[in-house]
Amino acid sequence: MVSSPFETPKERVNTCPEVADEIKQTTCYMCACRCGINVYLKDGKVRYLEGNPDHPVNKGVLCAKGSAGIMQHYSPARLSKPLLRVGERGSGEFREIEWEEALELAVEWLGEVRRSDPRKLAFFTGRDQSQSLTGWWAMQFGTPNFAAHGGFCSVNMAAAGLYTIGGSFWEFGEPDWDHTRYFMLFGVAEDHDSNPIKAGLGRMKTRGQAKFVSVNPVKTGYSAIADEWIGLRPGTDGLFVLALVHELLKAEKIDWDFLGRYTNATWLVIDNPGGADDGLFARNAEGAALLWDGARQRPVPSGDITAKAAVVGRYNLPDGRVAVPAFELLARRYLDASYAPEAVAGRVGISAATIKRIAAELAEAAFEKEVVLDIPWTDWSGRRHEKMIGRPVSMHAMRGISAHSNGFHTCRAIHLLQVLLGSIDCPGGFGYKAPFPKLIPPSPLPAGKNPAPERPLPGMPLGFPLGPEDLLVDGAGRPTRIDKAYSWEFPLAAHGLMHMVIHNAWAGDPYPVDVLMMYMANMGWNSAMNVQGTLKYLTDKDPETGDYKIPKIIYSDAYYSEMVPYADLILPDTTYLERWDCISLLDRPISSAHGPGDAIRQPVVQPDRDVRPFQDVLIDLAGRLKLPTFVYLDGEPKYPGGYPDYIANHERMPGIGPLAGWRGPEGRQQGTGSPNPDQLQRYIENGCFWTHRLSPDQFYFKHANKSYLAYAKSMGWVPSEEPITLQLYSEILQKFRLAARGHGPVQPPDSERRRVETYFDPLPFWYAPFEEAAVDDGDFALHAVTQRPMQMYHSWGSQNAWLRQITARNRLYVHPETAARHGLKDDDWVWVISHHGRVKGQVRLMQGVNPSTVWTWNAIGKRRGAWGLDADAPESNKGFLLNHIISELLPQREGGHRYANSDPVTGQAAWYDLRVRLERCTPEEAGTTEPLLAPLKAPAPRGLNLDGKLRYGADLKDPAPPSEDRAGSTFAEWIGNRHEVAATVPGVADGKGNVKRPAGDGEGA
Amino acid sequence: MTSLPRDPGPVKLGLVIDLDICVGCHACAVNCKEWNTSGHSAPLTDSDPYGAEPSGVWFNRVHTFEVVSEDGDSRTVHFPKSCLHCEAAPCVTVCPTGASYKREEDGIVLVNAEACIGCKLCSWACPYGAREYDADAGVMKKCTLCVDKIYNENLDPRSRVPACVSTCPAGARHFGDLGDSDSEVSLLVAARGGYELMPEQGCQPVNRYLPPRPKQPAGDGGAAALQPAAADAAPPGLLARWVDRMLSR
Repeated sequence: MVSSPFETPKERVNTCPEVADEIKQTTCYMCACRCGINVYLKDGKVRYLEGNPDHPVNKGVLCAKGSAGIMQHYSPARLSKPLLRVGERGSGEFREIEWEEALELAVEWLGEVRRSDPRKLAFFTGRDQSQSLTGWWAMQFGTPNFAAHGGFCSVNMAAAGLYTIGGSFWEFGEPDWDHTRYFMLFGVAEDHDSNPIKAGLGRMKTRGQAKFVSVNPVKTGYSAIADEWIGLRPGTDGLFVLALVHELLKAEKIDWDFLGRYTNATWLVIDNPGGADDGLFARNAEGAALLWDGARQRPVPSGDITAKAAVVGRYNLPDGRVAVPAFELLARRYLDASYAPEAVAGRVGISAATIKRIAAELAEAAFEKEVVLDIPWTDWSGRRHEKMIGRPVSMHAMRGISAHSNGFHTCRAIHLLQVLLGSIDCPGGFGYKAPFPKLIPPSPLPAGKNPAPERPLPGMPLGFPLGPEDLLVDGAGRPTRIDKAYSWEFPLAAHGLMHMVIHNAWAGDPYPVDVLMMYMANMGWNSAMNVQGTLKYLTDKDPETGDYKIPKIIYSDAYYSEMVPYADLILPDTTYLERWDCISLLDRPISSAHGPGDAIRQPVVQPDRDVRPFQDVLIDLAGRLKLPTFVYLDGEPKYPGGYPDYIANHERMPGIGPLAGWRGPEGRQQGTGSPNPDQLQRYIENGCFWTHRLSPDQFYFKHANKSYLAYAKSMGWVPSEEPITLQLYSEILQKFRLAARGHGPVQPPDSERRRVETYFDPLPFWYAPFEEAAVDDGDFALHAVTQRPMQMYHSWGSQNAWLRQITARNRLYVHPETAARHGLKDDDWVWVISHHGRVKGQVRLMQGVNPSTVWTWNAIGKRRGAWGLDADAPESNKGFLLNHIISELLPQREGGHRYANSDPVTGQAAWYDLRVRLERCTPEEAGTTEPLLAPLKAPAPRGLNLDGKLRYGADLKDPAPPSEDRAGSTFAEWIGNRHEVAATVPGVADGKGNVKRPAGDGEGA
Repeated sequence: MTSLPRDPGPVKLGLVIDLDICVGCHACAVNCKEWNTSGHSAPLTDSDPYGAEPSGVWFNRVHTFEVVSEDGDSRTVHFPKSCLHCEAAPCVTVCPTGASYKREEDGIVLVNAEACIGCKLCSWACPYGAREYDADAGVMKKCTLCVDKIYNENLDPRSRVPACVSTCPAGARHFGDLGDSDSEVSLLVAARGGYELMPEQGCQPVNRYLPPRPKQPAGDGGAAALQPAAADAAPPGLLARWVDRMLSR
């Protein structure tokens, strides 16, 4: 090339290479955000993944996980053919079999169970985005033993929200980023809802008018850009929040109008100690709750808009009973000195002055900076309001609240704080995403009290109990579900308790199962509490019969995870780029506070191996098993086209199916309408999603907005246009408490009475997390929690060739003061010891952590041999999991019973209750993490690794020389947050997202 | 040994990175790798990708560190770093073969792989550590500012910006002509006090960083605590105060 050594060669740069033969659109699955992606395909390979700029979730951006999708798709850990175990469990000895053999075997195992006792199938799915199908399948099969991973993830958030405000954080609600003036973020895992939160924080901070307070023991990602970091002690968020409530009540900085209009604060609570009606709402003959009309001096139904309702006082009802407004009960509790900042400061680890100041700042933002939008709207009773007035305080909370045994009440405390400030679904506050708000709680009830052979359940296995009579317990009050969800131990376990299934099935408590079927849940490793115990449960045999205690395990996954070697029959799944999927309003949709949305995945590449999407397999199995609604009366399968056939044609109720867009014969209906044979095509043409934008008068106050409620009813989300009254005081919780006190036909066994009475408090309260309360504070003086690296999603991310270059090992982060007390310095090796066991890791000092807390990254540690990684990969010998030292059971109590390590209301796994002590390793012990379990035997990795090198893309570069030198042609200026920047920087053009309005010179012209 | 453009044009394309809102999520780094591994400098080779020491070529890396002040307060900093496309680029002048060069038309610093002999002088010369040696190819590689993307008429106009910019979830990255003082990115830099990295090195980097904004008020000397609404702030006093309060539905 170089013609003369004295002449600098000039490179001819091809600035216009051909980069794709075709660009297809689908939905990302590198985490649970469900962003839209454009997939650039070249020579049949994936050239590039970018965010779809038109997609409502990510608006063109894509995170590190999503951007690493190519390496996920071509992972060496991909399974390639159905496998049948031939060695012992855990040996990794498998025989490849054909699909027909695999499916027939599954049908034989499942059919036998269904004919005898359908409960003996436990079907649990992990990070499943098709729960409306998998739950429906379980219902038709007839087993109540179904749930996805929500029980070890976020059920405290879901249940607390749905029983309080009719919506919840995370995917069912969002902060009003564009109007908020004060944003509090509690304990958020940074891999979750990640693009919307990052985008929202970026917009909010660029706008420059809001304060961002992050409440989290660990100062990483989001907390790093907060205006203020509240590094409190894990598990004390509820105490902190209720101290804020104390301050606000004391200063009367509460939104009286909001409380009167939209909440049950004025509803009368019967005061009849010892009575069967004590603590219930006073109701009229029609069942309407009553309030005390101060003007008329008598009780009137709560729907009476002429009433002047009392907020405190004791009132005699016409029937002689005495009742008190719920607000008085609430005020008495939180005004108590035990909730004063001075009283809680020590425990929370935050000064009383700071707590008081935060309360003052909340009050200032809510009441001095109210947002007024000139949007007329009409409330549920027909009254027109000229403006929408908002209290611009917004909050968001997730894992750090959820994963404690006090998480349900803590989350309710946060909702209480929001409601007192009047910041629910108002401009600048927290906004519901469709289909929420729903009834409090939403329908249906859980089904499955009396499963019978060859009969479907009368309803879906998961639901929301309204009282003790809806529990799934037998006549003696014993659990009827394998995970004890909806039993007296975990009455509101709306997402099940996946973390207990393997233990309970092994123990035969409450009964043994015959088949355990799981989908994409790494229960043999980082999704399990007590990993080694779990592996024992999976491999333990009955000494009498020689059979495994859990006789048959069917597992479906796309990758050779740590769970695979412990199953008997492996049904290999596809990658997310090879499948159809449905992101449904019946499950976890992609709605925003401004309107509903749902989405699909379409296969953009074809599998190069003998794998099938699990949903296709489930539907195939349903046909072979002749499950109702999956076959016609003559037994012919209803959905021979598999999952896409089901997505388009299944109707849950007449006119309502998995997808809401383009329904009806002409595809012109949304929400309801008969199946449309072209529906999927219409989705594809629209970028694989559907949205509907609400009219501006429907944007806020959805719980009491006439126009919105009428729309919600037409979509089938609410049964009537009645307003949804926020439940600060929970009568449902009180019903359980009354049962514990000996009232009503369904009562807990004596052994459970005290627990139910304590934790079914109708008002939120704080108690010490169970493990903290049970273990000796001196022995285990530190908290240990995990944080999610933003670039990882559980074990999927840490196997990824690109992402693992960012984080392939994890340290134990320790505050310098704590380290000094233990004689530890940077890089030392240390044992982390809990009441259950110990793990070894390497120390990194960090100032930005609560001094009583140590933490590490979640799900980096891997077992040798799994995930297509080499046996000496640092994930296995420099990475570690805290899972090993978290017991799935609480320490033994009197009577010998061990409760699950869970929230007593919802069954939520209490990962973050962990208490530990540190011991410095001896020099001989340093160097590798422990436990270092024996390597798994795995099939030869598939993938792109050649001679230890990965040269992805070498053959995808356009080899053509530049056709002409275009350098210097117009380029596009791009301003992140263009709209927000324009508000503060003169000269920057405003625009929607980053597309300037046409008046400008246009992008890339 | 290689000349910078004798007659540099007015256009200086570069990045503006907002440290106020960067959360360190690595989206820019991974999306960059993803685009460029099939792009101008393809591939961005990874060695030992599934083994003990995975490492590869990245044009953009996010450095995370903690800054602790004397009073014990700490700041967690996420600092994305890639080639800054310097005006006085020492990586160019040090190059013995002319492989490393700065484009006249837009100021982008590129490596001509055909001419690169892999001597690594440029990586020694760069004070920012922004160069990435691909040992497998024996060639130095670096950020191209997505030169094969920003002008690419085969792409949707909205995609014609560097991958790190279009993908940034927080909106913390901006792209444009920093040679034009009236350009939007220049206005942004002026308004936010954008700074150049290590000016004392004399490299005249084009990229700019926007510093964190002042924190919204905090500290215990900030807002005053709330005052009790009643003289008797214990429950009886407040409840008495609320006896006559009536709420409407």
